[in-house]
Amino acid sequence: MLFTIQVNNKKIKAEKGETILSALNRNGIKIPTLCRMKDFSPTGACRMCVVEVEGRDRLVTACSQPVEEWMKIKTHSPRVITARKTIVELLLSNHPDDCLYCDKKLNCELQRLAEELNIRERRIKARKIKPRLDQSSPAIVRELSKCILCGRCVRVCEEVVTANSLDFIRKGSLTHVGPAMDRDFNFSSCIHCGQCVMMCPTGALHEKHNIAEVQDFLNNTEIVKVIQYSPLVASGIAEELGIRFNRDFDRILNSMLRRIGFDKVFLTGTGTDICIYELAEQLGRNIEKGDVKPLYISACPAWVKFAEQFIPGILTNLSTIKSPQQITGVLIKTLIADQAGIKPEKIFSVSATPCMAMKFEARRDGMMRKGISDVDSVMTVRELARLIRLYGIDVSNIEPEPADEPMAGRSSAASLAEVSGGMAEAVIRTTHFLKYGIEPDKQLMKRLRTGGSFREITVMFEGKEVSVAVIDSLTGLAKLKALVDAGKHYDLIEVMTCPGGCINGAGLPFSFSGSDRKNRVKMIYQADEVDAVNLPCKSPLLNNLYNKFINENKEIADKKIFHTHFEKRNVLL
Amino acid sequence: MNTEIDSILKKYKPGRRDELIPLMQEIQDVNGHLSEEAIVKIGNYIGLSTTKIYGLATFYDQFRFIPAGKIRVTVCNGTSCFLNGSKAVINAIRELTGLQPGQTARDGIFSYEIVTCMGGCNNGPVISINDEYYPYVKPEQIPELLNKLKFIIEND
Repeated sequence: MLFTIQVNNKKIKAEKGETILSALNRNGIKIPTLCRMKDFSPTGACRMCVVEVEGRDRLVTACSQPVEEWMKIKTHSPRVITARKTIVELLLSNHPDDCLYCDKKLNCELQRLAEELNIRERRIKARKIKPRLDQSSPAIVRELSKCILCGRCVRVCEEVVTANSLDFIRKGSLTHVGPAMDRDFNFSSCIHCGQCVMMCPTGALHEKHNIAEVQDFLNNTEIVKVIQYSPLVASGIAEELGIRFNRDFDRILNSMLRRIGFDKVFLTGTGTDICIYELAEQLGRNIEKGDVKPLYISACPAWVKFAEQFIPGILTNLSTIKSPQQITGVLIKTLIADQAGIKPEKIFSVSATPCMAMKFEARRDGMMRKGISDVDSVMTVRELARLIRLYGIDVSNIEPEPADEPMAGRSSAASLAEVSGGMAEAVIRTTHFLKYGIEPDKQLMKRLRTGGSFREITVMFEGKEVSVAVIDSLTGLAKLKALVDAGKHYDLIEVMTCPGGCINGAGLPFSFSGSDRKNRVKMIYQADEVDAVNLPCKSPLLNNLYNKFINENKEIADKKIFHTHFEKRNVLL
Repeated sequence: MNTEIDSILKKYKPGRRDELIPLMQEIQDVNGHLSEEAIVKIGNYIGLSTTKIYGLATFYDQFRFIPAGKIRVTVCNGTSCFLNGSKAVINAIRELTGLQPGQTARDGIFSYEIVTCMGGCNNGPVISINDEYYPYVKPEQIPELLNKLKFIIEND
C-alpha cells in the first residue's frame, strides 16, 4: 500500500511497512549511515541516520523506524546535521588519526563521513584507545585502537559466516571486539574468510600484507619468481586500477606481472581444471561402486577450517584433493622446477587470489613437500593492485601476452568455480561427460546457480540417482543437516563460505560494487555458453599436461601430491 | 570440579539461553570463578558459542575468569562512593598490592575488583571483604585492615 509522506516540504511516496531510510533512498534522498548493513536487520546503534520527525521530541533513526502516514520528516535540518556531526566528532575523539599510514586510507567510511559532514577541527578531545595489535592470524590483522564498535563484524560473523568468532567484550570505555576469552585470532574459531574485513568501516580489521616480502624476493636475482592468479583477479585489478574490464584483460595482466619482475606467470585456473577433473573421477568411482558416502568439495579453505572445528564428523568425507591454488603451487614446485632445471627451493611462488583464507591455507599442515611449501606467499587482489601501482606500470600502454606453458589456460568451467554452485556444476558435468560423452541437461544445471543458500538437483546416472547439493554461505548448512538427519542422501556437496562464492571474496577491491559483481557473474556464465573448451576434459592443454608431464614424471605420476589431509581442530568454539 | 559443573548444568534445560546468567552465577558461586572449561561446557550445553558467553559475562562486573584470592576485596566506585572518595581507597589498595582491578596476587592470597554499586550509597565509600561490608572506609585504614586479615589467614 502506497501513501504520501512529507519530506523536506516535498511529498514523496512511501510503502507501508518499510523503514524511513528505504523510503528516502527510493526517492533519491541520501542520508549518511554507518552501522547499517544491507540485507541485515537494523540495530540503530550508531545514530548516524537520525532525522527529525515533526511531533517527536527526539530525533529518530531512519534505518529502524517504520514509516507512517502522518510523518513530516526533515532530513537535513540544522538540528539533524549538528547531531550527526557530533556523533562523528565523538567517534573521532579517541581515534588514532594515523590516516596516512592506515590500511583503509582511501576506502575508510569514517573518513568519508568526516569529510561529508565537513569536520575540519578536533573539537572533542578524549584519551586515545590503548593500542593493541593482533597479528597472530595468517590472514587478518586486528587493530583495536581503530575500532569504532559499530558491530558490523560481529553481526556478519554471526549471521552470515555462523562461526560466531567475534563479540563485544567488557563494557563502557573498555569495550572492544574480540574472540572467546579475549585471545588472539590464531587461537580462536575464526575461519579466516575475511567477511568481517569487508564489513569493517575503518582500518580496525584488514588483511595481513605480504607486499614487503614479495618485493624482497622480486629484488633477489638468484631466485626464480613465479606467480599464479585466479580467474577473478583480472577483473578485480581492472576495477582497482579504474579500467574497463574485458575478456582480454587477462593477457594484459600477464604482461603487467612480467614487467613487475615475475619470471613466469601461470593461471590458477589450470589447477582448478585439475581439481575438477580429479573430483569428477572420484565421484565417477563412487557412483560405480555405489558408495553411499557423500563427497564434500574441499576447495574453500574457510569451509575446511569450519568443518574441522564445528563438524569434525564429516572430515572422512571431505575430499582430500587440494584446492586449485595448492595444486598449481605444487605443480610449480615439482613440474616447472624439473622442466626448467632449477631446484624447488630456488623458486619463490606467489599466488594472487580474491580469497583471504588462502593466506591461511598456504600455511596449513600438509601443504608442504620435503620442507618446501607449495605456495610461498599469497596476495589478495588489493595487494597485487598496490604492487602494480608501486612499480608504476602504465596499463594503457601495454601489449597483451599469453601466460606461460604448460599452465597457460583454463576451461570456462574453471571460471565457473569462482561462483557458488559452479564447482559442483563443473564436477557433475565432467563426470557425466567422462561417462557418456555428452553433458547433462543445461536447464537442470542452471538450478544450481540461483535460489537461496541451499540448492539441490538430482542427475540420473544409469538409472541411479545422483544428488548434488550446493551450500551458498554457511547459513545453508543448517538445512543440509536437517535434510541429512531426515535420511536424505547426497553424493556431491559443495560448500562456499562467502555468500555467492569467491565473487564476494574478501580479497577483492572494496569498491567492487554489487552490480560489478553481477556483471562479472554474467560474463562467466556467458563465457561458459560460448566457449569451446567448457570442461576440463575437453581442454587440449590439460590433456597435454596430464599425458606429457604428470604421467611421465615418475615423482608425481601417482598424483599423491594433489592430496592433503584434515584433522579435528581444538579451538574454543 | 568436572562433576560439579555437570551437576549444576543438569538443573537447567539444555538448549535454552534464557537462564544463562543464573546458570553462570550458580557455577561461579560453587567454583569461585568461571573457568574456560566451565564456559566451554555451558556453551555445549545450551548451544551458544564460547565467544558469545564470554562477551556476555565480561559485560557484568560480577563474573570473574581467574580464581579469586583468599582475601577478596570489592570496592564500590558508584557515583555516591566516588564522591565520598572511593578513588583514594582504590589507589591505596593498588599501591599496597601492586595489582590492577580484577587481578589476583601470585600467592593467591589477595584479589580486588571494582564494582559500580553495592547498595550502601549513604555509607560510602563502601568496600566488602569476603562478602562482609565495611562502610566509611578511609585510605589510611587499608594497610591495617589488610595486614590483619592476612595474619588471620596465614595462621588459620
